[in-house]
Amino acid sequence: MIETALTDLWYGFGVALQPHNIMWCFIGVLVGNMVGVLPGMGPLATISILLPLTFGIKPVGAILMLAGVMYGAQYGGAICSILLNLPCHPPHAVTCLDGFPMTKQGRGGVALGLTVMASFVGASWGITEMIFLSPILVRVALQFGPAEICSLMLLGLLAGSTLARGSPLKGVAMTVLGLMLGIVGTDLETGAERFTFGMTHLDDGIELVALALGLFGIAEFMNSINQVVSINAKYTNVRLRDMRPSKSDVKQAIAPMFRGTLVGSLCALIPGTGPTIASFVAYATEKKISKHPEKFGTGLIEGVISPEASTHSSVQGDFIPTMSLGIPGDAVMALLLGALMIQGIVPGPQLIKEHPDIFWGLVASFWIGNILLVLLNVPLIGIWVKLLTIPYKYLYPSALFFVCIGVYAANNDMFQVGEVIVIGILGYVLLRLGFHPAPILLGFVLGPRFEENFRRAMLISRGDILVFVERPISAVFVGLCVLLIGLQIYVRIRGAKAPVEIPTALEGAE
Amino acid sequence: MRSPRKHSTVVEFLQNFVRKRDFYAGGLIIFFGLVMALKGPTYNLGTLMHMAPGFLPTALGVILIGLGIAIAGTAIGVPEGEDEDIMPAHPEWWGWACILAGPLSFILFGSYFGFIPGTFACVFVSALGDRTATLKSSALLATFVTIFGVGLFSYLLQIPMPLLTWRGL
Repeated sequence: MIETALTDLWYGFGVALQPHNIMWCFIGVLVGNMVGVLPGMGPLATISILLPLTFGIKPVGAILMLAGVMYGAQYGGAICSILLNLPCHPPHAVTCLDGFPMTKQGRGGVALGLTVMASFVGASWGITEMIFLSPILVRVALQFGPAEICSLMLLGLLAGSTLARGSPLKGVAMTVLGLMLGIVGTDLETGAERFTFGMTHLDDGIELVALALGLFGIAEFMNSINQVVSINAKYTNVRLRDMRPSKSDVKQAIAPMFRGTLVGSLCALIPGTGPTIASFVAYATEKKISKHPEKFGTGLIEGVISPEASTHSSVQGDFIPTMSLGIPGDAVMALLLGALMIQGIVPGPQLIKEHPDIFWGLVASFWIGNILLVLLNVPLIGIWVKLLTIPYKYLYPSALFFVCIGVYAANNDMFQVGEVIVIGILGYVLLRLGFHPAPILLGFVLGPRFEENFRRAMLISRGDILVFVERPISAVFVGLCVLLIGLQIYVRIRGAKAPVEIPTALEGAE
Repeated sequence: MRSPRKHSTVVEFLQNFVRKRDFYAGGLIIFFGLVMALKGPTYNLGTLMHMAPGFLPTALGVILIGLGIAIAGTAIGVPEGEDEDIMPAHPEWWGWACILAGPLSFILFGSYFGFIPGTFACVFVSALGDRTATLKSSALLATFVTIFGVGLFSYLLQIPMPLLTWRGL
């Protein structure tokens, strides 16, 4: 088994090392790193903007680039958290707790240097996990019929919406809303038009790019206009030689690095728990096993390294269910899956067999991308730090233009730019009412496939709804769904405290 | 004697309830659910074995209504005095208007006059939304982004949109 995995990986490197693929990967991680640093721009918005621009390139290059944006942003986000105390990206919010005090002590460079190291270790472990686990998952998943796929999707949707931030009820409501938005347009099986309200422009459904940019672009800009405080650039003077950690620092960092990696990879295996939860769990674990927990928050290296390693290992691990089962764990993965679908590639367990170049090329490009990121982050730290000082008032109008042209370029259709505006307003209203719009994307991407498989399952079982609990594998998934809901209700009734204390100041940062 | 007091507590309860954020959140979800549940059956429901296009929307609509009621219900449990305002502390009407007007002017100017005016108008209008922005700074930023945008999108990526055109008004 190890042998075949290594041969496949070798083949993957062959794909990823083709010059144009290296170039796309490089552009991806570079842009990702950049937006990760910029306060107020997230990987979601960036991937959606870049998405239409990838229609012209081959699927492999497109997915390498978009994935590069995703994990590149994780590297950049740490810089923002450590040097500015700004939790621009949720997975790095905990890093602020100990990262910024370190900066105040003049050890910000060391924190950054060790973070890059920890990130690389975490990511490497996540990739290794993907190499060995995905083929096993696929072997199991190929036995699935429509009923199993359906209940697995249900589990994915439930986990994605209840385990994410905010109230689980609202999360589920958002997922259902996403399913509803996915229904808009022509029905695949009967050709009936649904919820188009007579607008022929909506026949092909709501454009994925328009939805993502409305929710994570326009709504987010409306939320943060005139709210982004001017940046305190006092501590941003970091040079390359400040980043070199001393021997004792490295020694102190190794154990938390591996603990964080482990936490992250475990979190990646549970659907719905993305990098954000992984980083909080990692921090809490460090605090719990530490001999002097009271010192956390004053600039302890463990408090920086462990969450960062866990974030990266979880980000890479999140690709496992997405690529091998076609079930995305969070909104970013849903978007990447959407990108594959736009390229005409059907996600699911057959993907690795039918498009080995995409899967193994992606895996190999993770290594290449992560090495590129280490190279980018260490000598170029000065440039990234400069980027931090770009004021928001220049950032959001430029980003709005990218939103407009991105949506227009998706189909050369001005109507969809209008769609973005409407969705943006809806997204902002939802944000104000305390909803997190990310699960909408999850429902939207999975919706059509869910309906298709549900119908097929019902047709095969002659309309017997019990088929979902009669088939053993499906029954397990349904059981897990029930367990998940039961657990949420139990936690609510018991009024149990949140498992991780999340500082209120850090909440709500998107 | 007791009934007026009881009445007033009910009114008070309702007033508090209506002030809660989750009340509106639930209301919005119920509204979406109603739209689906009422519109769904017009697409024909079919049977479980042969589902017609209306089946899933109707089912989802009903689920959504239930979720909406549950969300509104949680508003009762939230203690008073929490941040329950549905409007932010400092509403940014001008900023919001500018952000929405940006893409709108991209549509208008873009389809009537072409890529360059569309881009310029979009960036210029939305840049005005910032409190410290001036006409000059916005125009400068818009010029800069337009030049960059033309280079990247028109020449490099060749997006099929005329740079300058005249469709009349």
